[in-house]
Amino acid sequence: MTEKIITKKEVEYVAELAKLEFNEEEKEEFTSQLNSILDYFKKLNELDTERVEPTAYVISMPNLLNEDKVKPSLPQDEVLFNSKYVKKGYFKVPRIM
Amino acid sequence: MTLNQLTAHEAINLIKKKRITAYEIMQDIFNQIDKVDNLIKAFLVINREEALKQAKEIDKKVKNGEKLPPLAGVAVAIKDIIATRGTETTCGSKILKGFIPPYNATVINRLREAGAIIIGKTNMDEFAMGSSTENSAFGPTYNPWDLERVPGGSSGGSSAAVAADETFVALGTDTGGSIRQPASLCGMVGLKPTYGRVSRYGLVAYASSLDQIGPIAKDVTDCALVMKVISGHDNMDSTSVNLEVPDYLKSCQEGIKDLKVGVPKEYFIEGIDPEVKGALDKALKIFEKLGAKIEEASLPHTEYSLPTYYLIATAEASSNLARYDGVQYGYRAEEYEDLSSMYQKTRSEGFGSEVKRRIMLGTYALSSGYYDAYYLKAQKVRTLIKEDFDKVFSKYDILITPTSPTPAFKLNEKVSDPLTMYLSDIYTIPINLAGIPAISLNCGYSKGNLPIGLQIIGKHFSEETILRAAFNFEQNNGVEKKKPSIKPAKHKEAKK
Amino acid sequence: MKKEVVIGLEIHIQLMTKAKMFCHCSTDYIGKEPNTNTCPVCLGLPGSLPVLNKKVLEFAIRTAVALNCEINQVSKFHRKNYFYPDLPKAYQISQYDIPLGINGYMEISLPESKEKHRIGITRVHTEEDAGKLVHEGDIASSSYSLVDYNRCGIPLAEIVTEPDFRSPEEARIFLVKLRSIVQHLGVCDGNMEEGSMRCDANVSLRDAKSSTLGTKAEIKNMNSFKAVKKALQFEVGRQKKLLAEGIEIIQETRHWDESKNVTVSMRSKEEAHDYRYFPEPDLLPLKIDLRMTDEIRRNLPELPEARRERFIKNYQIPEYDAEILTSSKALGDFYEKATSLYSNSKVLSNWIMGELIRYLNENKVGIEDSPISPEKLVGMLKLIDEGIVSGKMAKGIFEKMFKTGKDASKIVKESGITQITDKNELFEVIDRVIKENPRSVEDFNEGKEKALHYLVGQVMRYTKGRAKPDFVFNALKQRLK
Repeated sequence: MTEKIITKKEVEYVAELAKLEFNEEEKEEFTSQLNSILDYFKKLNELDTERVEPTAYVISMPNLLNEDKVKPSLPQDEVLFNSKYVKKGYFKVPRIM
Repeated sequence: MTLNQLTAHEAINLIKKKRITAYEIMQDIFNQIDKVDNLIKAFLVINREEALKQAKEIDKKVKNGEKLPPLAGVAVAIKDIIATRGTETTCGSKILKGFIPPYNATVINRLREAGAIIIGKTNMDEFAMGSSTENSAFGPTYNPWDLERVPGGSSGGSSAAVAADETFVALGTDTGGSIRQPASLCGMVGLKPTYGRVSRYGLVAYASSLDQIGPIAKDVTDCALVMKVISGHDNMDSTSVNLEVPDYLKSCQEGIKDLKVGVPKEYFIEGIDPEVKGALDKALKIFEKLGAKIEEASLPHTEYSLPTYYLIATAEASSNLARYDGVQYGYRAEEYEDLSSMYQKTRSEGFGSEVKRRIMLGTYALSSGYYDAYYLKAQKVRTLIKEDFDKVFSKYDILITPTSPTPAFKLNEKVSDPLTMYLSDIYTIPINLAGIPAISLNCGYSKGNLPIGLQIIGKHFSEETILRAAFNFEQNNGVEKKKPSIKPAKHKEAKK
Repeated sequence: MKKEVVIGLEIHIQLMTKAKMFCHCSTDYIGKEPNTNTCPVCLGLPGSLPVLNKKVLEFAIRTAVALNCEINQVSKFHRKNYFYPDLPKAYQISQYDIPLGINGYMEISLPESKEKHRIGITRVHTEEDAGKLVHEGDIASSSYSLVDYNRCGIPLAEIVTEPDFRSPEEARIFLVKLRSIVQHLGVCDGNMEEGSMRCDANVSLRDAKSSTLGTKAEIKNMNSFKAVKKALQFEVGRQKKLLAEGIEIIQETRHWDESKNVTVSMRSKEEAHDYRYFPEPDLLPLKIDLRMTDEIRRNLPELPEARRERFIKNYQIPEYDAEILTSSKALGDFYEKATSLYSNSKVLSNWIMGELIRYLNENKVGIEDSPISPEKLVGMLKLIDEGIVSGKMAKGIFEKMFKTGKDASKIVKESGITQITDKNELFEVIDRVIKENPRSVEDFNEGKEKALHYLVGQVMRYTKGRAKPDFVFNALKQRLK
């Protein structure tokens, strides 16, 4: 049996970080699915990358910098348009405790 | 033959010559949509009135003898992951149902300036995560060649719409093959540009360092036409490159004598459908006949591209999708106790399971203690994969591979096992990791009359070269030019 | 065992560019209607992308250079991921392992000992600001928060110091100096009350001879320099007491409560944040070549220390005056403008440091909003020089100038309180006073100098202060001979 890479508790921790919730059945399923995927990822350890630079950016070019110029902002009604939870021009959310 | 069955360049020509009007074209387009889209379900939103209005405006310009912009009257369908001002943009997800962006993506503005008529938004795998369009929250799209099969994904709706003559061209997006694979499965031409060639401003992000917008079209000429319009530097995208856009149409015309072609041996492993292999072998002979020099090449790190891709893409996605929290727009859960539970319920109810799986994977890969082992490691392997291509392109001008190891598979055939699904991406993913361009085009049909796609890969900013190779092949490949018959299953005789 | 106080500061300053950090919305957001100063980029709408404002880079480098930092030639942006309603993308674009500036320092001068203490600057980096939350309702009933994104995307520079402060007062002195520096640099207006300058602190105690740091507490929510000092004093006291009782300090975040003058633990509300930093894929690494840095260094505006030295040299005023006059850029500007119009720089200094600052403080008005401009102040001084008003009268006029904003000559005209210059008029009063005070005259003739001063006082009383005291003094002397 493959050693478990990620435990159910870790799955719960990651879910909390990602603000997702799962029922017990889903947690079990996720734990086993993630384990088989992570097991597959172990493959990367076959490669010696100690002296390899990471590629964070696949292109290299001069920095794009914008002028310090003010342009019109969106009108308030367009900003609020996509939410029905608005009040006096603000977005309304449950209170932060 | 109806006008919607034309290619874009044919339609443009006829409009210029005043043989047809843009309005007539739009009528045939919408007739076709009305006729077949209830079977194919390529579209999520159709902008009929606005399109007809714009068609009339083009016709007025023609009448007044005004100079026409390059895509005047061309119907374009847009994958629903690209922001269109005033039109719903859902990314195939419940969490963005009803979201109407207050702005246009740059590519939309460029298409509009070029006279193109945007007819609607197409279906897709939710947030571009998937390769069959079965992960859409709004139901799958069906392959026009066989309605029991998938059109591919994640740009399945765009690809199917073009294949079914519901539009001339479409825009798709490609993060791990999502333009090329559906183009291949639907027999169309699909091009993923070099990373940075086309602006990503307005492209709802999945994996920021891999995503690109590109055209899906009926032939290489149409593909080149759209590329000319959408490519180029954008001040709103720091990752868009400031390089001149060549005349892609012109470069198609030259021949491919002495073109050095590499065929990576790692792509012809077990698991490739024998009919796909057969079609590729035939295609390579055509290239040879046209003067190209073909040799076996090697991309030794190919097998590592999947875990590399999935770690990088899911990590970036987990961050890009964190903004979907119900605060400003989109779905918000109805019942919750406090802020934290509002976030959790909104996201858990609003996202589909594939999206949640990838967010979990990506979050884990970035989390404290695991960053080095997963994300950083993947970025280093990415360097090795990129170097494979650098080495190979110092010797060859292009690489040729299959686009997909199989023709279109049946719906529900692969969805249950996530690992199996991942494996079908192996031909396309390394290209995104290296940021290089690639085009897929039809090279034959299976015995079951399903399209088989050929992929041509080039080095950074060599779209001209791959378009030229594709054009020459298209003009000389002897493959029968046919259209799908779009018959629902019950009308098919016992063809199995 | 004597305990040593160890304090480090983390300061955020809003950079005074015209446009926000990654978009073209205005940075002038204060007082605007909610959600009227935003765009798809700073709202983090799906598909939006950031593009760096070049002025932000310039201002941040300027700040790092002025703080003697080494400027990294390549600098990267990172995403700091967490969920909060004021953070629309659910990540903040910030900097992590390769900030703009590192290994800097600032010297502060301790007032009594005149000792100089070097404070290490660990790093200077840039990041975007978040929106604002307003809370409504009460905790019991259906309470909710309101979100305003106007402030999202405002450019910030974060300055982190080494834990080099050995007292709350040092921290306060540093903040005052830092504020003056950023004002002189033209990068920030340094207003803690309005939030353009914010400060968090880390406080710990250790045995005086030890080199290991004690457990620290992070203190937040200090909204003025005074609050910083009070909060730090309280916290030092709190930790001293606990340690004396043998209780361990817990590493936690504490919130300064201005109304109760205590720091309160936030531990129950705090979760250890896993920010999952990774390089921002939408922004390429910043290449900052030496040429750019050198140019910024060469064109650095005059810093307060240099300005102070120049004031001492050019205007011949003492260090004490110069220190005060350069404590804020606006005050220094005021003084320089005044000296360009009036040559007696010491007199100007006296009036500004004395009367003007007093009125400004009493009325809680900043020098930028002073109703008395340099021109008006000089106008008044000229009236004194011309003898139209006496120094004593001037104080009253100054008060009126401050209250009404009118200039001195207008006030003098309106109230008819010019100094009496007509000698005959003066002698009339002098003679009357001599006649009415025979006793004092006698005293004076007997050699009592004090009596003369009394008589001068009487003349001043009669003329309601409008007589020139010197003249009266001499005239009386003359008459009494």
